[in-house]
Amino acid sequence: MTQQPPERVRVTGPPRRPTRRRTRGREIDDQTALGAVLMGSLLRAQLRLAVGLLVPLVLLAAGIPLAFHLWPELAATEVLLVPVAWLLLGFAVYPLLFLLGAAYVRRAERNERDFAELLEAAEG
Amino acid sequence: MNTAPSIVAVVVVAIATVAIGTWGLRFSRTTSDFFVASRTVRPALNASAIGGEYLSAASFLGIAGLVLTFGADMLWYPVGWTAGYLVLLVLVAAPLRRSGAYTLPDFAEARLGTPLVRSVCSLLVVAIGWLYLVPQFQGAGLTLDAALGAPGWLGSAIVPAVVLVNVLTGGMRSVTFVQAFQYWLKLTALLVPAVILLTVWIDDGATSPARVGADAAAWSLPVADGGGPGLYLTYSLIVATFLGTMGLPHVVVRFYTNPDGRAARRTTVVVLALLGVFYLLPPIYAALGRVYAGDASSDVLVLELPRLMVGGAAGDLLSALVTAGAFAAFLSTSSGLTIAVAGVLSQDAVGRSRLSGVAAFRVSAVIAAVVPCVVAIAAPDLGIARAVGLAFAVAASTFCPLLVLGIWWRGLTDIGAVTGLGVGFLGSSVGVAYAFAPVTSSGWIHALMAQPAAWSVPLAFATMVLVSRATRHRIAPEVNRFMVRLHTPEAVVLDRGDS
Repeated sequence: MTQQPPERVRVTGPPRRPTRRRTRGREIDDQTALGAVLMGSLLRAQLRLAVGLLVPLVLLAAGIPLAFHLWPELAATEVLLVPVAWLLLGFAVYPLLFLLGAAYVRRAERNERDFAELLEAAEG
Repeated sequence: MNTAPSIVAVVVVAIATVAIGTWGLRFSRTTSDFFVASRTVRPALNASAIGGEYLSAASFLGIAGLVLTFGADMLWYPVGWTAGYLVLLVLVAAPLRRSGAYTLPDFAEARLGTPLVRSVCSLLVVAIGWLYLVPQFQGAGLTLDAALGAPGWLGSAIVPAVVLVNVLTGGMRSVTFVQAFQYWLKLTALLVPAVILLTVWIDDGATSPARVGADAAAWSLPVADGGGPGLYLTYSLIVATFLGTMGLPHVVVRFYTNPDGRAARRTTVVVLALLGVFYLLPPIYAALGRVYAGDASSDVLVLELPRLMVGGAAGDLLSALVTAGAFAAFLSTSSGLTIAVAGVLSQDAVGRSRLSGVAAFRVSAVIAAVVPCVVAIAAPDLGIARAVGLAFAVAASTFCPLLVLGIWWRGLTDIGAVTGLGVGFLGSSVGVAYAFAPVTSSGWIHALMAQPAAWSVPLAFATMVLVSRATRHRIAPEVNRFMVRLHTPEAVVLDRGDS
């Protein structure tokens, strides 16, 4: 699978209904200077978004064990009759993970929409 | 103790699994159907299937037992197994799908352009898959022993047999339906008894599990005890579970069944919700176990708790329900792993013979299931969640750096990748060897060997980066085109080489 598959040849009749308008990616596929700039900016935006979402996760995963290691008496603290560690790791963390995931998808798709629009504008 | 309801439950789950698989067969026609369900599975169905496949015996039985025995620091297992999907979502989900490859070895070869990386990845997929399958089969033996009094080898042999019937007849397409069904079965099988047991507990005066026993405060501490080494163990567990999910072969194969990168992301978010709901339940069993079960044997706590708390016929019925769920857990995870391992074996080993695509896949599936089945019967039992944790550590130390660097860094070279995979594998294998070896130690040496992920993962990343830098001339010539394919949204028409 090292070599590219042969160029596909499409054999069709005349179109019966109008095909959906799609952006054409010739600029980035052909590695033009403009395409490289656009591609680089998309990559950076997506990476920045990913890192931005991982930071709270890392803080959480690093902070909770450290806090309980430094102050073991926290384990006896109860909120609503439940020890705080159970409340955090048994319950609260799951909605948080879901919300982070949903926020990521929204923003990642926005980045991609912006990219497609820019590309369209660039290709005229 | 009346075992009839549990026997009926196990038989019903096995028959339902084969029946749904056969029904799914009507949609299975081509080799592509066998491997990746022809990439047409929609997010809601695919997310249920991922949940069904991912929630293994370790989640269903292992977590409750570990939390009962060791306390709140073991809650990091379910948290990490869920957070792993968030890491997967933000770093690899969409690009991995857009790469257009079938398996991890395909991805590695397409990205790095050399067959050597492909062979190394194939070996790793088989190693991780088998490491993960052995505790599933052992757990099946334990379950049938606890629920029905059947000899341990019987369960370890029945599960691979049912899995093979399913995989051999239907492949990936039919397994998708089976696994979606099994997620909901597993959720019901833990949820209904949990609600009933909680009402029993409230009727009994709702004794707080956190105030029972001598070491009450330590039980609510989310860090392993033992000072510095304890803190290290907890961090290492977090690293392995957060980063290991993306490198599990059966998880990765599932992502190729999404129609496109956008669907891959949406599927992952639904998975986060499904896992979050499921993982609320095992800690409830652990907490109730602390009040009612005392020192029950840890891996079968979930199966025995209903009988301990609700006697008589009602207890037997609830027990049958959790047994059914546990059986579904073994079947679904084992199916997914068998398919993933068989996919790699059939492409890279058996497929080199003269067999056709589907025949090679079937021969590979038999090899993929029988080898770990034999090991499961012969090898010592480590505890399900711990053994599965080792598979996560290996995945986090090998495929995680390969995927993250391969997707986000143009500079990764084939030599860098192979060296990093080797270093990560050797490092994480220390944990596997230590777990099986008849030696014990304590303090820092024990911590570093028992949970190697916190040093083996950074070591693998560093090796890949440094060796790639040193072999810069070997950067694949096609890398820019491949990067474009990974990151460009589907709305932009490209030569993706796969559609």
